[in-house]
Amino acid sequence: MELPMRAARSNSRWLPWHAMVVFGFLYLPIVTLIVYSFNGAGVGGFPPRNLTLDWYRMLFADDTIWESVLNSLVVALAAMAISLSFGIPAALALDRANFPGKTLFRRLVLLPLILPGIITGLSLLMLFREADMKLSLLTIVLGHGTALISVATTEVFAGLQKMDRTQEEASLDLGANYWQTFWRITIPNLRLSIIGAALLIFTLSMDEIAVSFFLIGRDNTLPLEIWGRLRRGITPEINAISSIIFVFSLIAIVGWYRLRMVSEAAPEVVTELVETA
Amino acid sequence: MTTITEAVVARSSESGVRPLLDIRNVAKSFGKNPVLRDISLQIAEGEFLTILGESGSGKTTLLRIIAGFESADSGEILMEGERLDLLLPYRRRVNTVFQQYALFPHLSVEDNVAYGLRVAKLPKSEIAARVSESLAMVKMSTFAGAKPANISGGQQQRVALARALVNRPRLLLLDEPLSALDANLRRQMQVELKSLQREVGISFVFVTHDQEEAMVMSDRIALLRKGELEQVASPREIYGRPATAYTAQFIGHTNLLRGEVRAGIARCHSLSWKIGLPDGPALFSLRPENIRLVGSATEASFVRVRGTIERQAFHGATDLLQIVCDDGLTLSVRTATRENRQGEVLLEFAPADAVPVRESPDRG
Amino acid sequence: MFSRAYKAAVTLPPLLWVMAFLLVPYALLFCYSFWSVSSSQTIVHSWTLENYRELFRVNVYLQTLFRSMWIAARVMIFSLLLGYPLAYYLSFYAGARKDLLYQLVIIPLWVSYLVRAYAWKTILGSDGVLNTLLQYVHLTKHPLEFLLYSPFAVVLTLTHIYTPFAFLPIYASLEHIPRNLVEASHDLGASPPQTFWRVIFPLSIPGVLAGATFAFVLSFGDFLAPLLLGGPSGIMISNIVVSLFGAAYNWPLGAAISFCMLLLVLALLLLSEKLEKRWSFR
Repeated sequence: MELPMRAARSNSRWLPWHAMVVFGFLYLPIVTLIVYSFNGAGVGGFPPRNLTLDWYRMLFADDTIWESVLNSLVVALAAMAISLSFGIPAALALDRANFPGKTLFRRLVLLPLILPGIITGLSLLMLFREADMKLSLLTIVLGHGTALISVATTEVFAGLQKMDRTQEEASLDLGANYWQTFWRITIPNLRLSIIGAALLIFTLSMDEIAVSFFLIGRDNTLPLEIWGRLRRGITPEINAISSIIFVFSLIAIVGWYRLRMVSEAAPEVVTELVETA
Repeated sequence: MTTITEAVVARSSESGVRPLLDIRNVAKSFGKNPVLRDISLQIAEGEFLTILGESGSGKTTLLRIIAGFESADSGEILMEGERLDLLLPYRRRVNTVFQQYALFPHLSVEDNVAYGLRVAKLPKSEIAARVSESLAMVKMSTFAGAKPANISGGQQQRVALARALVNRPRLLLLDEPLSALDANLRRQMQVELKSLQREVGISFVFVTHDQEEAMVMSDRIALLRKGELEQVASPREIYGRPATAYTAQFIGHTNLLRGEVRAGIARCHSLSWKIGLPDGPALFSLRPENIRLVGSATEASFVRVRGTIERQAFHGATDLLQIVCDDGLTLSVRTATRENRQGEVLLEFAPADAVPVRESPDRG
Repeated sequence: MFSRAYKAAVTLPPLLWVMAFLLVPYALLFCYSFWSVSSSQTIVHSWTLENYRELFRVNVYLQTLFRSMWIAARVMIFSLLLGYPLAYYLSFYAGARKDLLYQLVIIPLWVSYLVRAYAWKTILGSDGVLNTLLQYVHLTKHPLEFLLYSPFAVVLTLTHIYTPFAFLPIYASLEHIPRNLVEASHDLGASPPQTFWRVIFPLSIPGVLAGATFAFVLSFGDFLAPLLLGGPSGIMISNIVVSLFGAAYNWPLGAAISFCMLLLVLALLLLSEKLEKRWSFR
């Protein structure tokens, strides 16, 4: 519902302008990045000239980058598996079980979401150090998987709230046991939340730096590969890969949003569980 | 410092006989959907008017147009001769009691009631006095410091009432305020609202879909159907002399007799009686309580028919009988309650009780 | 309705995992802060308070800590100033376009942090887009130095990153406000600005607190933006920690600083939660 039109017009003409300024601010860097990925003279300088696809060509010939992309994909999928495997039961536990230390558990699960990544990354580093574990893609997988459980839990928990409970009751009433009910009723009902969570976890893992920074071994993930190159100097190749990353993120996030809309949820995500904590 | 009552009485003596609110040819559509078609209605000072209608009749939309939350597509509304519909909602001397009360959850009962006065920047002492007067009037004085979340639905409703009335509006709008209450509380509140209105002397425009509620509380009822006014009259009038078939059926029970008038005689199945209507098809509304079970004929002019009791429904104070007459007509008859009525009966009614009504055409 | 076995089955695996990979590591962080590093670069597991003493004794640590908090505070304020009116506009005025605009706001949120920070670097540099643009239109003759490698650049970039974070909970709380309250306020004579300050804003405070907390806490602990854009004057506390775990090899000291950060963040979270509860009126 909107405020009556007459009222709206008179008092808040500046609001749409403000919104435009903020949108401009939010998108300026991204647009610049994309534009300059086609810029012949490389990064910087105004106005952009000599439009070229050279940087993209360079990018596609760059094997190291694609290795890191592959690594990132592997990590993201593995992290997704871990996060969902533990995040879904965690959401169910928070929804249905009462046990001593439940509040601590809830806060602990959600902590990586709000804590600066460096703290989580460092703590895990110390764990692996004490356990004499070598740093590798595995340690990164464990790091991402753990940190992103919170995302899975939040999404699935929100989905549980909107689920029709009586379906599970009906299933039990009709003779199915808990295991059957879980797979035949609960999971299908949570389908949209799970897919949404998976998308989100995947995207976040692909972009993750703070935790990965400390847990990296020999093999780089994509963000860390880019990071390494940035330390050595800016090249337009980076603009090119960044533009590509942007396009994929765009697709992923719009897909995620559409899913949420389909599940008739109001799109207030992560904050919900944190607020009700 | 005047009380609300004194203030209203003083004002109404100045204004003369002009209607308080004059709604002229108001129409409103939502997209392609016409919700109100050409509504004209006048509301007098100090009257309790109910806008009655089913869901989808447009009654809430009409109320919201008066309040200012919607604007009409055409037509105008005048309050005491000046254009009300041109004013923004926060400049109208009209207040609303919302269906879900819309109490501000972050303010106490007291602060809720004081809201309008504080916004108008009245002096603190006056605010305090008027707020306590208002709370006393709705019997919520002891809850002044409570938050809306901590009081019951019925109590919230009283606070919503106090919050509206404390501003001494010219007109109070009530949007189905009793619909969320359970039956007993509802009946109690109906009586309280009615006496409150009398006490305060402000015109109330009350919206409801409950026809019993409308009849109990109103000075006049405006029956709305699919965006048009079927009838505007006092409860007794609208009950006893319904203008249309819809009105007759919507308000209370009735038997609709479809028949024909020829040469001053109305005929419906085997029934006939004298009537001063022109020839042609006719429709009559006959209330069940106006049909009597008799042992033998009484008045000569009364209409009589034999029938068999098909069904008996116990309604506490009365029975509602369904009687199939010998000529095939089915009639509902209301009588004093008695167990196990059955068999053949003789029915009788006075011709004056068969009220001629207009057809109610189907509207899209 | 759910048997104990069911509840145990859903609770134990995540509980154990979280204990192993979250609780234990954080506890280790705590332990490390009391250990020390020997001259041969090995970690000595003997308990000492030396790290914490050093933290308070050496100026640079406290200075950087306060600078980090000040940067975080500015990011928080700017994010709120940008995010709140945007959320208000979307919630109350955007009508049919609300959905689309919401998507537009969250898209940057999930587009690589690194990408966006890098983008600002290319914009703000002395050869960057902004400087060359300004010179091109003859507004300036020389590149503006303060744009990059300064706290300004860090605040700008972090504000860019965290404004959507601030926006989300504010928008959520605004959406939760029943619209009939706005109508009721108008009905009682309050104009839209009055309605905003008396009804809408108070009810949105939990969202503001959540957004402010996100923006502050995440900015405070950020190490990428300062590293990319901060220069020597823009170093934040996380950068010190990172170097202590890297070249400067003093894990225990790094752990001590991290643990202090952790405590600070937890304290802020608890404070924010308390305030949110006080201002929550469900």
